[in-house]
Amino acid sequence: MTDSRRIMVKVNGVDYERLVEPRRLLVDFLRDDLELIGTHIGCEHGICGSCTVLFNGRVVRSCLMFAVQADGADIMTVEGLAEGQQLHPIQTAFQEKHGLQCGFCTPGMLMSAYEFLNENSNPSAEEVRKNMSGVLCRCTGYKQVVDSVMEAAEQMRNK
Amino acid sequence: MKPCAFEYYTPQSVEEAIELLDRYGDDAKIIAGGQSLVPMMNFRLARPEILIDINAIQELEYIKSDGDELAMGALTRERDIEQSPLIIEKWPLLSKAISFIGHSAIRNRGTLGGSLVHADPSAEIPTSLCALNGRVKVVGPSGERTLEPEEFFLTYLTTSLEPSDLLVEIRIPALPQKMGWSFRELSRRSGDFAIVAVAILLFTEKTGVCREARISMGGVAPTPVRAEEAETLLSGQKITEKLIAEAAQQAAEETDTEPDYHASAEYRMDMARVFVKRGLQEAWNMLNGGQ
Repeated sequence: MTDSRRIMVKVNGVDYERLVEPRRLLVDFLRDDLELIGTHIGCEHGICGSCTVLFNGRVVRSCLMFAVQADGADIMTVEGLAEGQQLHPIQTAFQEKHGLQCGFCTPGMLMSAYEFLNENSNPSAEEVRKNMSGVLCRCTGYKQVVDSVMEAAEQMRNK
Repeated sequence: MKPCAFEYYTPQSVEEAIELLDRYGDDAKIIAGGQSLVPMMNFRLARPEILIDINAIQELEYIKSDGDELAMGALTRERDIEQSPLIIEKWPLLSKAISFIGHSAIRNRGTLGGSLVHADPSAEIPTSLCALNGRVKVVGPSGERTLEPEEFFLTYLTTSLEPSDLLVEIRIPALPQKMGWSFRELSRRSGDFAIVAVAILLFTEKTGVCREARISMGGVAPTPVRAEEAETLLSGQKITEKLIAEAAQQAAEETDTEPDYHASAEYRMDMARVFVKRGLQEAWNMLNGGQ
């Protein structure tokens, strides 16, 4: 048994202080310790992208980081997208364009789209396709995902 | 699965990291981006007893050009190199190569040094380093040394680093302003490991004669390899379609391929030929002001 460490993290604007074992994955910390179960665990080796979160403003795989490494970090999960009942334009677009079916990959899709659209507000469908290829979806066949991100880009530009 | 338990250290300087490595030797593993190590730990293929996290050593994260040479800290994130205006302008091959690594979430976290010490022979950074004539600076308990790629990469996933060594810097010489280059790879899906990766640089005289050709191939031998005989075929010659085809054939013969789950040895070898040919054509077109 190894010693636990005290860490402080900000998640979706809220400060948390917790004791964690060094081997605790960030995704397990978010889900089990903070009970933020919006972030999903898929493959646990960085391939499927479901566990994607924003770490100090950049997307990372939360299954490929340890919670101790997040000490002092600012994290945003899918729960941080909406403001109260007001959905984020990316969420609205995924709803309108049927960018999800079972919803398992959706947290990863939304967070990947969030970073991507912040960096590139007017992407081509090809750029969207390349960027979103980091998250695997077994339902949609991806066409609706691309349509959703293109729609979100347009809504965010017109805002 | 979940990783085995380990003791966790967060050194704040290179000296402190080396002291820890020296103390724990083979039981310890360095973690930087963790994009190769953590999957192996999750599967329990790697079970380090001690994890030395170097992410707090900020002196290892930089991109600078002193004189003409490019110097990058081992902890520099792949995404920062990919997006660096300096690198895009002067070493565009490196930026392009990195764009093939995984996905943005992987490149945001993954580091330059991490990819090199992992020494996957199909990986983009090792393959580019060989084409760019880069060198790596290593610090150990008895001081520092600089290694050429052929001294650094020994075989599959194995470098010449000693257990107490830390890779600290990567240096890449200046390139002439006028050059042709290409980076291409074959993979089943976007972001997958390359079956074959090819990095090419071409320099010509004013007359259009090839002064120097560099062809580096990944995924076709236990380490990335330069197709030296194919390079010799091109140098000093006027480049033609026919010569490119001959050089590509020669490059394929300089591979040392083995079959695996993804591709047979023959397929890899033939794809090395195809990708070297396309890469040379692309680099040649670039020199001629074309597409």
